[in-house]
Amino acid sequence: MIEARGLTKRYGDTLAVDDLTFSVEPGKITGFLGPNGAGKTTSMRLILGLDHPTSGTVTVNGKPFAELAHPMREVGALLDAKAVHGGRSAYNHLLCLAETNNLPRRRVDEVLAMVGLTEVAGKRSKGFSLGMGQRLGIAAALLGDPAILMFDEPVNGLDPEGILWIRNLMKALAAEGRTIFVSSHLMSEMEHTADHLLVIGRGRIISDCTVAEFIAANSRQSVRVRTPQPGELARVVAAAGGSVHEDGDGLMVVQGLDVTQVGDLAFENAVRLHELAPAQASLEQAFMELTASSVQFHAGVPTERDREPAIAGKVA
Amino acid sequence: MTTTALPVRQTSHSTLPAARGRAGFGGAVRSELTKIRSVRSTYWSLIALVVVTIGIGALFAFGKAQNFSQMPPFAQAHARAQDISQATAQSLFGLILGQLVIAVLGALTITSEYSTGMMRTSLTVMPRRGVSLAAKAVVFGTIALVVGLITSFVSYFVGQAILSTQHINSSIGQPGVLRAVIGGGLFLAVCGLLSFGLGAILRHTAGAITASIGLLFVLFILSGFLPYNWAVHIDKWIPFNAGGAIWENQSGTAMFSPWAGFAVFCGYAAIALVAGLLLFRKRDA
Repeated sequence: MIEARGLTKRYGDTLAVDDLTFSVEPGKITGFLGPNGAGKTTSMRLILGLDHPTSGTVTVNGKPFAELAHPMREVGALLDAKAVHGGRSAYNHLLCLAETNNLPRRRVDEVLAMVGLTEVAGKRSKGFSLGMGQRLGIAAALLGDPAILMFDEPVNGLDPEGILWIRNLMKALAAEGRTIFVSSHLMSEMEHTADHLLVIGRGRIISDCTVAEFIAANSRQSVRVRTPQPGELARVVAAAGGSVHEDGDGLMVVQGLDVTQVGDLAFENAVRLHELAPAQASLEQAFMELTASSVQFHAGVPTERDREPAIAGKVA
Repeated sequence: MTTTALPVRQTSHSTLPAARGRAGFGGAVRSELTKIRSVRSTYWSLIALVVVTIGIGALFAFGKAQNFSQMPPFAQAHARAQDISQATAQSLFGLILGQLVIAVLGALTITSEYSTGMMRTSLTVMPRRGVSLAAKAVVFGTIALVVGLITSFVSYFVGQAILSTQHINSSIGQPGVLRAVIGGGLFLAVCGLLSFGLGAILRHTAGAITASIGLLFVLFILSGFLPYNWAVHIDKWIPFNAGGAIWENQSGTAMFSPWAGFAVFCGYAAIALVAGLLLFRKRDA
């Protein structure tokens, strides 16, 4: 159980994390979702005591991280797989970590086998591929057989096979009853793995709910329509209580009405349709809309979400 | 090296023995020992230390012996007493460069953790920073002392063997000689720890090494340019002069006595270490 209360971190003029209050419940996968620069890594660094909070507190199993008797036995963390001395072999890297918590030497062999690095245990990690480096980082996190695991953007830069491996690993770890706190900037990554979602934007918690709640709140139906009479359609849809906006190329997106209603309306009002299809707003889109106002650096080109009505706030 | 299609294996073997007590200094020391022995830079630095220190000491002794052998007999008779009084320090002259090598290793011991990012990983498994840094200092300091003592003793005996060809050597039993030779090892260890402290303060390899060389070497050279009436007051406080008092056999009244000078030198290292520790605890990693 990780509990943050009013956690705030300021770096000079930048407020990286602003009054965060949340808890990561035991035995679940909690996805920590937010755009780049939202404060995910800072929050994790604060949990681990790498950074000192400007104000507020954060505890792990009721204590500040630094006061845990055997930190590795309670929390295994992978924040940055590259944070190793490349001149040290994988085995010695894990050994020097294990020794700090008085873990037995054979545990190093065990975790190397778990992540499939036994064959390269004696090699210096400098020569490791991104995927192997990630496995080494995960091996380090597993050394203490901890009940809580924290991963910061674990699939970043990995190939599809690596991504699949991490995803399966997280599921396997969760199935063993462990608490997993994993950050990502991709909703699609969290959609199928996480139980709970913590959405952060510009250092603030935007949404704290289960994945099911997030989907229910954010997957509104819309209808794609193509018509040579856009003005007519917009008028009848508006009259029936729906909303419509053009999406370019003569394509229109209707919200607030389902496909049957739009088809019937068109028929009754003699509006010619060339295309009529249901469309489900993806969770990715919902997430982007939710965080749109909190993205630190907007790209200059207007995108679809800038024109669409925001549906943020529903779950906040 | 292939990492293809690995299944996710069972992660929990529950083979860990039950936790006892609290992760502390003992484990941290074992960890630091593993760290320092598992990177090549340690071996290269220590080999460089031994070779440079002994080699330069031997070269000095050889030059001195050659010089002496070419003197006319009456000059030899005149020079012998003075040469013998300097014999110990001359065989240890390699320490002047050896101090720089151990300073590099001292700085690297901590700054390499910053440059590689390993520090973040280390603090994630051992967040009690005081314990972590103390263990690192103790492990490095012990290695520096052991290797320093070996280097100093070998330097001494090699140098005396060369000087003995002209019978201008000292012997270990003479007053102050053993102190000087042991002092050479202590001097190296404290140089390394001073640099380690600077590394903890600066967290940057090049910066820490530059600062160490500045304090240990450049300050010493610059002190040579001081006007006499300043020099008599300042010279002895220069780190190299203070620390060198224990092995240099200087009897100049302007210098500290061997142990007093060494104490001053330890004081400098202590300041760097304590400042490093305070910053290490306070700063974000």
